[in-house]
Amino acid sequence: MNNLSIQDEQAASPSAEPKQKQKKKKVLLMGKSGSGKSSMRSIIFSNYIAKDTRRLGATIDVDLSHVKFLGNLTLNLWDCGGQDAFMENYLSQQRQHVFSNVGVLIYVFDIESRDFDRDLLTYRSIIAALSQFSPTASVYILIHKMDLVVPNQREDIYNDRVSLIRSKSDSFDPTPFATSIWDQSLYKAWAEIIHDLVPNLDQIEKHLGSLGKMIQAEEVLLFERTSFLVVSAWTSREIITSDASQPAQNPTYDRNERLSNIIKNFKQSTSRFTGTPKSAEQFSVFDLKMPNFCMFLIKFTTNTYLGVVLPPGEERYNSAKLNCYIARTQFEDLDSPARKSADRGATAEAVEA
Amino acid sequence: MPLLHTGRRRTKLDRSYNGPPRQGPVRHISPAQLNLERVHEQNRLSVRKKDGTKAPEPAPGPAAKGKPRLLLMGQRRSGKSSISSVVFHKMPPNETLFLESTARIQKDSMHSFMDFQVWDFPGQVDFMDPSFDLDAIFGEIGALIWVIDAQDDYLEAINRLNSTILNLQPSYPNVNVEVFIHKVDGLSDDYKLDIRRDILQRIQDELSDHGVENAPINYHLTSIYNHSIFEAFSKVIQKLIPHLPTLEALLNDLCRSCRFEKAYLFDVLSKIYIATDSSSMDMASYEICSDYIDVIVDVSEIYGWDRPKEYIELLEGPPWNKKLEDQSGCRDAESAIVLTDGKRPIMLREVNKYLALVAIMCQGSYEKMPNVTMNVEGTVRGLTEVFEITKQSRQIPRVMRRSY
Repeated sequence: MNNLSIQDEQAASPSAEPKQKQKKKKVLLMGKSGSGKSSMRSIIFSNYIAKDTRRLGATIDVDLSHVKFLGNLTLNLWDCGGQDAFMENYLSQQRQHVFSNVGVLIYVFDIESRDFDRDLLTYRSIIAALSQFSPTASVYILIHKMDLVVPNQREDIYNDRVSLIRSKSDSFDPTPFATSIWDQSLYKAWAEIIHDLVPNLDQIEKHLGSLGKMIQAEEVLLFERTSFLVVSAWTSREIITSDASQPAQNPTYDRNERLSNIIKNFKQSTSRFTGTPKSAEQFSVFDLKMPNFCMFLIKFTTNTYLGVVLPPGEERYNSAKLNCYIARTQFEDLDSPARKSADRGATAEAVEA
Repeated sequence: MPLLHTGRRRTKLDRSYNGPPRQGPVRHISPAQLNLERVHEQNRLSVRKKDGTKAPEPAPGPAAKGKPRLLLMGQRRSGKSSISSVVFHKMPPNETLFLESTARIQKDSMHSFMDFQVWDFPGQVDFMDPSFDLDAIFGEIGALIWVIDAQDDYLEAINRLNSTILNLQPSYPNVNVEVFIHKVDGLSDDYKLDIRRDILQRIQDELSDHGVENAPINYHLTSIYNHSIFEAFSKVIQKLIPHLPTLEALLNDLCRSCRFEKAYLFDVLSKIYIATDSSSMDMASYEICSDYIDVIVDVSEIYGWDRPKEYIELLEGPPWNKKLEDQSGCRDAESAIVLTDGKRPIMLREVNKYLALVAIMCQGSYEKMPNVTMNVEGTVRGLTEVFEITKQSRQIPRVMRRSY
């Protein structure tokens, strides 16, 4: 078992890196009234299930929420009510207030909208305001409620809409997603958005990879704690086939989103069972040993869960799990560097300007 | 391939489907069969004693042979087809709104840990009509499930149930009648109990007026929108299992030795529990266990792909130098989860192709998991043996029958 001991501590130590400052990102969630902005926000960040969103009413003005994320990232989520009166207000009186310092704009289009031209017009003015005050913001467009379109037309309609929207996006290069709250596509879109937002993700990813190699995992997944989105995923290239240059891949390409979805649904049941609120952490360890694969999910750092998929085998499994627990302290530093420096008394550096 | 490993069934999220009940994922061929035939042989013999000339014949057709039958009957629109779609076809409850009314008897055979048939009767058919062959219908009946719509006027339904029971009593006194007081979601608890009492009273009065006392009738409050329908079916099916006491004793032993709060033996496919220990049963523990099975099935559907054989060879090579099966301690699925309050971890262990043992453990059990695993291993061996024994003895009556 010696070959599986921690030998990678140098690599996992973040001490060489510059101190991370606590970051706040302003995220604007916009779109026409009734397009589903609040619904998706509730599902991703407030542990609603899709059915529950029917209870939501219209958002009045701006609904502000703060979401703490790993890497000491705090998302300031501005859920902007989409009725025309509000929209005009954002674009006129509150223009500077709303559109300055924006990190990300997420614009939601309703695929079923009757008047797409008007939606585009609104979108254009939003983009104009954004380029005036936050020209560096990144833009994501979600073509929402895809489940309402007949499956064989989905792609055509989606491509059509996306190319139109792109042509109206000025200097921004929006990233498009097709979403629906009724399947995992919503998780996919948000996981990618979050993925782009996390500041020191490249380091986290590097360390995740070396951890994965060391414990001979097939896959390592890092989940954000509340939303249970996959922030980072590493897949082994060791799953060799007869063709050495082409490692095999799990054929289920949307597995990360599906796993998030499964766990989130199960969290609903556990919260009923334990009587704890849905937003609370629901489990600390999950083991699964199958004849053809093993998997565990453990509570990892303050803001994350770690999921590992392994080939079967008790020894491999147990040592991998122990190694992950050992690596936990290292990742804890990556997760919240500010707290670490605070512990060392270097509070001045950690405080956000 | 066992169901847990491949997860071949509709997931809850596959919402694309809203046609008639589909039969696809529930058809499997069963190796672990219970000796239900023998029970029916007994039933037949006991009938023969009373009525020498009119012993019910085994049902015609090879498909129907030796399988206990669950008959779903009741007034039209009382929810019979919805029940069978939700329980046996995994249809989401809200899609049952679109089910057409049943025009003729729907026969479904379920291949699971035991093979049984579900016959869904159209509500408007009067099968007491002499043109119906009663023997063909009631000859091998396991249970008669009578569905009553609790939100509707149920007097008519009760009258028909009474006349059915009275008609059946002379020739089939052993038929279990299970009354499902259905669609009780949304009713207050007090009101539910009132309805139940009222129905029970009316049926008893009517039957005792006709001289039938202590007819084997059970009452269940059910709804397809929660787990109550599964629980009711569990109780119905448990009555058909000949060695239920043995299974329960095994689970009781396990619960005592590991201090489990509750243990269930689940049929993975239908999520009906076929045995549980004797401690008091509550809905919450059933729900969490049944949802936990869902998680395992869904997860294994995602990650249970066939790895290339070169990769397997690499894994079996140095430093392990062992077959993959030998590297793992258990050849069936095992799983455990610790919930955050730490009080009640849950464990799952596959028993055979169709069955899984799910238990709610006590605080601190996860730290003693190796011991728990060993105890569970013993219990699972016991359970498999019970199924083995009944499988063997299944052959015997057949030979005897031939020598008559």
